[in-house]
Amino acid sequence: MANGDGRTGLIDRVKEATSHIRTSQVWQSIFRPGSPFRAGYNDSPRNRSYVIMNNVLYHLHPVKVKRHGVRLSYTLCLGGLSFFLFILLTITGIFLMFYYRPTSPAAFEDIQALSTNIAFGQLVRNMHRWGAHAMVLTVFLHMARVFYHGAYKPPREFNWVVGVVLLLLTLLLSFTGYLLPWDQLALWAVTVGSNMGRYAPVIGDQVSFALVGGVQITPDTLLRWYVLHVLFLPFIIVIFMAVHFWRVRKDGGISGPL
Amino acid sequence: MAELPEHLLRRSAEARAKAEGRPVDEVLAEMKGEESPTPAAAAPAEAPAAAAPAAEAPAAPAAPAATNGGRDLAAESTQFGVPEELLRRGAMARAKASGVAAVFAGEGASVAAAPPAAATGGGGAAAAPAAAPAVPEGVRTQRLLTVVKAGAIQKVKKEPHDKVSTWPHLVAIEFVALMVCTAALIVFSAFVDAPLLEFANFNEQPNPSKAPWYFLGLQELLAYFDPQVAGVILPGFGLLGLAVVPYVDRNPAVRPSDRKLAIMIFSFFFFASAVLTIYGSFFRGPGFNFTFPWSEGVFFDF
Ligand code: HEM
Repeated sequence: MANGDGRTGLIDRVKEATSHIRTSQVWQSIFRPGSPFRAGYNDSPRNRSYVIMNNVLYHLHPVKVKRHGVRLSYTLCLGGLSFFLFILLTITGIFLMFYYRPTSPAAFEDIQALSTNIAFGQLVRNMHRWGAHAMVLTVFLHMARVFYHGAYKPPREFNWVVGVVLLLLTLLLSFTGYLLPWDQLALWAVTVGSNMGRYAPVIGDQVSFALVGGVQITPDTLLRWYVLHVLFLPFIIVIFMAVHFWRVRKDGGISGPL
Repeated sequence: MAELPEHLLRRSAEARAKAEGRPVDEVLAEMKGEESPTPAAAAPAEAPAAAAPAAEAPAAPAAPAATNGGRDLAAESTQFGVPEELLRRGAMARAKASGVAAVFAGEGASVAAAPPAAATGGGGAAAAPAAAPAVPEGVRTQRLLTVVKAGAIQKVKKEPHDKVSTWPHLVAIEFVALMVCTAALIVFSAFVDAPLLEFANFNEQPNPSKAPWYFLGLQELLAYFDPQVAGVILPGFGLLGLAVVPYVDRNPAVRPSDRKLAIMIFSFFFFASAVLTIYGSFFRGPGFNFTFPWSEGVFFDF
């Protein structure tokens, strides 16, 4: 404890303070038994189980998983990456919302300002855009991975259907976001894209009218798609993701081995 | 005693044979429910708690069983999978409580006529007048509610799997994946800027106008088919077809070599859409006409 001159060394003091904090009531109330952050954690099979069981992660993961399931080469992490990207998109998207007004011409000016006036504005906008494209890609590839593993076969049929809904929602999220910069690219890409919906038999005009908010894209469309993009679609996709992850566990964890 | 494992039966038979000084085989045969030689021998095996009051009660006249209606225990036993012995015990307890003699198919007469002493000995019907309390105050009888066959609760449904702890193995991998994914996105975003063209202008349509890249396969189809087919029917059927894949593909095999057709069909559509998307993205120029990206430039924005 004490060094030569009878005073307590800095390192010892820090250690003492740390152990004081780690045994305090506040700390112990936050980190439940089995948490590696708790005083006295040691690496035992029992504690390894507790880490998951006493943790919010238990909503997502069982205590044990099949050995082949953790191999990167099995899932290629694609479902997980889709989910990570979704989280990154949520975080960067919230940042962007602080600086964006869904009206014309403010929307375009705000995006311009992000690239010029706002600290990290350009970086965050880039992350949001590239992340969105990457997510569409990972979701597609995840679907292919699931198909080639035959992982949609009983009892996982329904989770595949949930996945198809997730694919559609991912595309819609990306597509509604595409309009928001309100530049030539946004306007005309969305015009071309949503013109396709107009040809739907019988209800085509109604569908496109409801989506676009009129016979053609106007600033009203911007507000409409903004609400869909930042609130409605994320809300729906989170619900479907919750069901998706729940079913992965309930259907017996990851499929395979082949 | 139908469901007792053989080795347990044998062990208890040996113990009893030793205590009573009789040959093991005889005791064993008797425990297996073959012809009880003497009532006394069967008694210790099953001493229903209700036996005492029955012994005190005067014998009832041999009445036709109203409640049991001549149940055929052997048939019920095979039907429900409950050992006959247990069925009999339950039926008798009920009969005793309601004061009616139990009669079973095929053995009714002899059992009903048996003297009360035999009834106490087990295997016979116990009859008591309705007035007498079936069970003395303060004595609890055991009643059998269900019989759970060993197979039903011990059946191993899942093959044991080779498993690892989620913590730390899976969580560590996920953490690394999250870090790599975030880092890659930040680095890429630091070097490549998202496009921002001029302010939206309703009067000036750029040439070519392209949908976002994931719809360019469809836009490419528009060049060949009627818009109703390319824009609605094909993507609609595509999504629907994707959704019903698990219900159409009834082949349970997961090994690629056992599901060549499914893989071929999926790969066809997967690569066809990839080719169409790439074609629509890079090989279509002004007027959505064919171009080579290396000669006339790329008409494509992310
Ligand atoms: C937002 C989009 C999606 C997310 C975030 C997501 C996430 C996940 C995750 C994390 C898993 C665990 C295994 C893995 O990482 O591969 C999984 C499994 C699965 N996903 Fe998705 N997924 C999405 C879209 C889809 C799509 C489009 C499909 C199919 C059409 C699909 C079908 C499945 C199936 C059947 C499983 C079980 C696979 C197995 O047990 O091996 N998912 N998903």
